[in-house]
Amino acid sequence: MALLEVEGLVKHFVAERSLFGRALAHVKAVDGVSFSLEAGKTLALVGESGCGKSTVSRLVLRLIEPDAGAIRFEGRDLLSLDANTLRAFRREAQIIFQDPYASLNPRMTVGQILTEPLALHNLLPPAQRRERVAEILRLVGLEPRLERRYPHEFSGGQRQRIAIARALAVEPKLIICDEPVSALDVSIRSQILNLLRELQDRLGLAYIFVSHDLAVVKHIADHVAVMNLGQIVETAEADALFAAPSHPYSRALLSAIPVPKPRAKRSRIVLQGEIPSALNPPPGCRFHTRCPYVVDRCRSEMPQLVPDGTGHATACHRTSELPSSAAIVPSDGGFSPVLEKLVAAFSGGPEAVRGGGVSSLGTDPA
Amino acid sequence: MSASPLIEIKDLRIRFHGDDGRATHAVDSVDLSVANGATLGLVGESGCGKSVTSLAIMGLLPKQSAEITGAIRFDGFDLLKTPDQTLRDLRGNRLAMIFQEPMTSLNPSFTIGDQIIETILRHRGGSRKSARQRAIELLRRVHIPSPERRIDEYPHKLSGGMRQRVMIAMALACDPRLLIADEPTTALDVTLQAQILELMRELKAASGAAIILITHDLGVVAEVCDEVAVMYAGEIVERAPVDELFSTPQHPYTVGLLGSIPRLDHRAEQLATIEGMVPNMAQPPAGCRFAARCPFVLDACTRAPPPLVEISPGHLSRCIRAPLELLVS
Repeated sequence: MALLEVEGLVKHFVAERSLFGRALAHVKAVDGVSFSLEAGKTLALVGESGCGKSTVSRLVLRLIEPDAGAIRFEGRDLLSLDANTLRAFRREAQIIFQDPYASLNPRMTVGQILTEPLALHNLLPPAQRRERVAEILRLVGLEPRLERRYPHEFSGGQRQRIAIARALAVEPKLIICDEPVSALDVSIRSQILNLLRELQDRLGLAYIFVSHDLAVVKHIADHVAVMNLGQIVETAEADALFAAPSHPYSRALLSAIPVPKPRAKRSRIVLQGEIPSALNPPPGCRFHTRCPYVVDRCRSEMPQLVPDGTGHATACHRTSELPSSAAIVPSDGGFSPVLEKLVAAFSGGPEAVRGGGVSSLGTDPA
Repeated sequence: MSASPLIEIKDLRIRFHGDDGRATHAVDSVDLSVANGATLGLVGESGCGKSVTSLAIMGLLPKQSAEITGAIRFDGFDLLKTPDQTLRDLRGNRLAMIFQEPMTSLNPSFTIGDQIIETILRHRGGSRKSARQRAIELLRRVHIPSPERRIDEYPHKLSGGMRQRVMIAMALACDPRLLIADEPTTALDVTLQAQILELMRELKAASGAAIILITHDLGVVAEVCDEVAVMYAGEIVERAPVDELFSTPQHPYTVGLLGSIPRLDHRAEQLATIEGMVPNMAQPPAGCRFAARCPFVLDACTRAPPPLVEISPGHLSRCIRAPLELLVS
């Protein structure tokens, strides 16, 4: 059984009300989204700003209430839970936000931030909580003595580690990562990605990973769902999607990834026109206004997600007629031979380098 | 590179004096030059001094707290010694800049047309009617659909990608010789990013302007730059033609950066990380500023600041262990 199953999820926000409070216009933020996630796996939600990926992640936790649809966590229907059982469920599923500067209470010490979830869920007798705080700090690569400090004393990467520690405190099975590395510098980003991966292997966590950085998604995800204007237009195993994206929107998205290789071979599809408003999405296929392969049928009839034999599903009327997409994703050719060795040496530390170095210059993580 | 570069920065140093009397070394002995029609990428992480360098070129640093020494030669002027009045004539005219935040860099209470026309009238003069005509032409050049109508809209009506295109149109209003783009695509989605990069390439080909592109995204650098300067803790640690930087980097920091980005063609279990933190720039270390985080460090690295040395033609590194390939062969 899947850890999480989402079926036909719908959320329309009211954008405008009449004088008497009657809704006049809706933003169709999420419109019929279904997916499932196995324990210990990572599902990435990708798409442009406003496609509904963050809304989906909040709906799954019931941080906002859906208008329709079903969410089952280990077979339990989340939408039927009352306030108490919902709080108990929150122990199983946690969230990490994009901005580690805004998501930690500046008036609480790290120790207090990490003890709070333990106290809320009454997980450990108070006497043992300090021990547990030290343990989770170590788990995310911070020293236990830092528990007395306040968030402002930490760098962005360290704050994100604290946010991860807070999520881990209650031993969840699912963590929603909403753009967890977008606000971080490149070198810090790789530390957090490595940490998330390591924690997943060690603790068997499942992630829903919301991101607009597709190279990061390729690195971390097992499964990817591509969203456009509140709907999933394609979903597949990450490797299959990056090898051959099928939906015209995914093709455009993946073809545009900037790769760290000068003069990389690419066949970039530059989309013309603007993203239509979710206030008034186009009829038929919601991508038809920007689609280079549009035909009449696309303008009137909404395509359904149709899986092929391998579980690669695409919502496009013309799936079978589109040209091959094998060369769509740009190739960065990996590392040059010299760079490959240099990076290995860089990661291997002083011993990996010929001629050796001094190791007395320890690095201070604080 | 041609004999006389369009802009040449010599030994630029910028210190910020805080209220507590301490000075932060934001930029130290930076030498840079960009030829006509070339694109230089300025790469580095938050706080490395790349944006401060660009603000110094534009003359936009606060006079009270920033102490700037060195020389910035552009088009016959030393920008650091140029009177404000002359600088105002240059900015928006021969020198233009695009900022990262298209959401906040347009004035919300004027139409985009007013804002572009203001630039044209200030520098080129002429009638308002002809300036408006030119503004429409510029909006068309940056691929804004129905520019005759859009020109009278306020910034809040436009999406992020559109606003960034308006910013570019405004920067191009007087055919600048040098365009400084500070993280022009960072706030945008990949599809829009692709459009904007495409646009910058197009415009460079059409106008022959030089571009300084400031970014932390090495993918973007690989796509549009001819030459790259990598900055760390206020210094340039490596300068190279773009191909060489990506194939044979000569500074350990660059190696760390290149190793830490996920690749599409190569699924690494672990990405490279750069341990430790940037040094406190109120008291920069005596030796190499990267030494405390460098796995290739020697005792000598911490004793004296390493000079920027040419390793191969056009490829400079501030590392005493360069050429690095000898360490791993």
